[in-house]
Amino acid sequence: MAFGAFLQAPAPGVAAAADPAPRRRSKVALLLLLPGVLYLAVFFLAPLVSLVMTSFQEPVEFGDIGQYQTAFRWENYLAVVETYAPHIFRSFSYAALATALALVFSYPLAYFIGVKLRQAPFLQSLALVLVVAPFFISFLLRTLAWKQMFADEGWLVGALQTVQLLPDGAHLTGTPFSVVFGLTYNFIPFMTLPIYASLERLDLRYLEAADDLYAKRSTAFWRITIPLSLPGIVSGTLLTFIPAAGDYINASRDFLGSTETAMVGNVIEANFLVLQNYPAAASLSILLMAAILVLVSAYVVRSGTKDLL
Amino acid sequence: MARSTFAESGADLRLDGITKRFPGFTAIEGLDLSIAAGSFFALLGPSGCGKTTTLRLIAGLEEPTAGRILLGGKDVTSTKPYQRPVNTVFQSYALFPHMSVLENVAFGLKRRGFKDATAKAHEALRLVELDHVAQRRPAQLSGGQQQRVALARAVVNRPALLLLDEPLGALDLKLRRQMQLELKTIQGEVGLTFLHVTHDQEEAMTMADTVAVMNKGRIEQLGAPEELYELPRTAFVANFLGNSNLFTGEVVSADGDTIVVDVGGRRLAVPRVRAQRHAGEVTIGVRPEKLVLLPDEPTPQTGRNVLGPGRVIDASFSGVSTQYQVAVPGIGIVAVFAQNLGFGPVMQEGAEVWLTWSVDHGFGLSDSPEPPATSAGDDVDTSALALQRRERLQAELEEA
Amino acid sequence: MRGLGRYALAAYSVIALVFLFIPIAYTVAFSFNDSRRSNIVWRGFTLDNWTSVCQAQGVCEAFGNSILIGVVATVLATAMGTAIAIALVRYRFRFRAATTLLLFLPMATPEVVLGAGLAAEFLTAGVPKGIGTIILAHTMFCISFVVVTVRARVAGLDPALEEAGRDLYASPSQVWWRVTFPLLLPGIVAAAMLSFALSFDDFIITNFNSGAETTFPKYIYTAAARGIPAEANVIASAVFLLALVIVVTAQLGRAARKRRMARS
Repeated sequence: MAFGAFLQAPAPGVAAAADPAPRRRSKVALLLLLPGVLYLAVFFLAPLVSLVMTSFQEPVEFGDIGQYQTAFRWENYLAVVETYAPHIFRSFSYAALATALALVFSYPLAYFIGVKLRQAPFLQSLALVLVVAPFFISFLLRTLAWKQMFADEGWLVGALQTVQLLPDGAHLTGTPFSVVFGLTYNFIPFMTLPIYASLERLDLRYLEAADDLYAKRSTAFWRITIPLSLPGIVSGTLLTFIPAAGDYINASRDFLGSTETAMVGNVIEANFLVLQNYPAAASLSILLMAAILVLVSAYVVRSGTKDLL
Repeated sequence: MARSTFAESGADLRLDGITKRFPGFTAIEGLDLSIAAGSFFALLGPSGCGKTTTLRLIAGLEEPTAGRILLGGKDVTSTKPYQRPVNTVFQSYALFPHMSVLENVAFGLKRRGFKDATAKAHEALRLVELDHVAQRRPAQLSGGQQQRVALARAVVNRPALLLLDEPLGALDLKLRRQMQLELKTIQGEVGLTFLHVTHDQEEAMTMADTVAVMNKGRIEQLGAPEELYELPRTAFVANFLGNSNLFTGEVVSADGDTIVVDVGGRRLAVPRVRAQRHAGEVTIGVRPEKLVLLPDEPTPQTGRNVLGPGRVIDASFSGVSTQYQVAVPGIGIVAVFAQNLGFGPVMQEGAEVWLTWSVDHGFGLSDSPEPPATSAGDDVDTSALALQRRERLQAELEEA
Repeated sequence: MRGLGRYALAAYSVIALVFLFIPIAYTVAFSFNDSRRSNIVWRGFTLDNWTSVCQAQGVCEAFGNSILIGVVATVLATAMGTAIAIALVRYRFRFRAATTLLLFLPMATPEVVLGAGLAAEFLTAGVPKGIGTIILAHTMFCISFVVVTVRARVAGLDPALEEAGRDLYASPSQVWWRVTFPLLLPGIVAAAMLSFALSFDDFIITNFNSGAETTFPKYIYTAAARGIPAEANVIASAVFLLALVIVVTAQLGRAARKRRMARS
């Protein structure tokens, strides 16, 4: 669906470069750009600056809870890393695990829809609708549905205990398992759609050519199919990893998590909205964003697909 | 421009010192051009020669950096495209995909406020014999049909000047021939001024009354198709419009009606009136089909040039004619087109031959071919080049 | 072996799609549950939840807020995003790379950071949180998605079509309304639908910037601790069915058009 468009978007300047006649009247361009760019400057860039400023603030002396003043307390960062190192580690390991699982889950599915169902456009459309269907129902309700299915008194836990896969007295909810499960489930469509989009455009004659050139089917898959669907894989992993690392619904106590599974998102929320420890929340946010940007740029550069945008 | 009225007839077009610069390159430099009202004019040139830019300037889609554009005597240089009585048949046809064929054709008339736009659109569709698909979308038509719709959409406005931007390029050969004839017929019927931009020399020559050959933003030569072909004035025209054998040498005598040029020790004559330059180093040429191949040395004859002996290094049979490559020592490769009056090629590869042509068929150029261009244009294949190189090496070895 | 492999892939895909559907089916099923207060255990089938949706306290207000916010944010984001998309494809300007980066970054930033940042800004500026701040926040993260969606459409638009319009006596505004806009419309509609869906289902950014106001996702989040009323399931199911109908119709239409094109 529309997420596909995100990934199929051409590299910047491709269309412009194809046209040798450079475009005129930059005044019109300015008029078109100005509202949106200004909007993003005020409601995206300025908040980031504001976040950086807040992250260095110190409490007002003898002030109430939630009162802070401008300062340059870089120790805030040390403090949050010290306190929340486990949460930071959990965020990235859960997100990485969920991304890997979603990739393994999605690739065969995307391959089936994008390649095998080409001869049946109606079935292909139907399958695509089913992949995006979860988007149409509330994210929170979907997660709660899993929680209730995983509940201690539910049939699943009972069944697992009967076949001795789960020890008596053990839980499914509130464990790293359920949190990673929830993250994986919720972001699967973000993984499947981009991979589908790149496989759908895969020219099968390449595979025939590989076949003709003595490649085994497995060789053709690893040497042709995977590299050609790499842009989809890269987009999918980013679209999954970034929101998963910042997510706090799945890991929240009321959903699939417990205090032992709390991620960075949970502590940012708690510090900001409950404890009103704004500097801590801000410095954690900045750390999270910086870490993600570093990881993402390293990943994008390594995979050699810079034309994501 | 008055609304709701048609141009009475085709208008003449004049370009006055048009220059168009884009950041980084100059597409057109000081171009002057006049096109008479009611004529079919072709602008011919390789891609990147500036012909499409010229067309876009006339349509008003680009603004010239300098110069004036006059249409029917009126200066339209700074008017917008929608204010000019000029219409274009785009290379990609540019039919609006979200409108029916009829809506496409009626589009221009409606913008100009014609009450009977739909009726006129039907009429135009009948002219191109497509009224039965009036309700379809352009995507449901074949390439040839789309091309005719694009033509109807432009012609229905009765523009003073109709611009055709390589509209036949996307069609296959057979369809293209058919469309060429149809275009000529329509032009005769509606009596507009046509300006046709193309890189296809055959298309330009069969359709246009006047052809201008364009190269690097300048017009190299302008004239009737036969005139351009039989008497090219520059090496570019000689090789872009068909093929030519070109020979460069010093003028050794220029008395009387002919000038004589020394080419590699042989004397070749050209009529004085058909030569652009009469002294110093000049390049002369002759079309390959004007040459006659002989198995024996002919007796010298006034009014005929002779080259030989040479060796046939390649003979390619193409049905109607056979194309020979003849290596003449000291001259290079000479191309010959011989009609197959008998069965198959007359000369075999490796045969020793003499070449002769009437002095009247030669022409003298105002410039010389650029170094990389070989005398026989595109027709020198790699084997001929290899042979040339071997000959040169042998010559060097003999000297040593 | 080959045949078996193919069936294995098909079977896997069917199972995977069913798996994706489980929580949806669960949510829809429990909209018919004859529950009293908490909707966790199945107590029997009823239509009462559907016939009297607004009985559960606050659920319809939250839903109404979500619709209002979604519509306003979508209109704002679609207008600004479409303009940017056109500028990016059709014009050359300085700071082009910087603009592209500015558009990419919101998509690469975790929602919790976007939410906390805006909240920090509103706090510093002393802006009271409410429906207005939620709309401002949603518009912000929708713009980038609109740009990417519409830009693909603009890039696929042959500039010769607009030139043909100008050549055929259409003034600039006529070219826009009769040629450009109708041709971009499918892309703009897709972008608007995506925007609305993103806004409607957003919880994280909303949570940071809503103050005392409630949206549908926030209502569910707050109610999660004490049990979600079945009416919430009703609303979610209704929205789901509506969206499904829209998407299926669009897909069927597209497939039918494709076939018709192929035939003629």
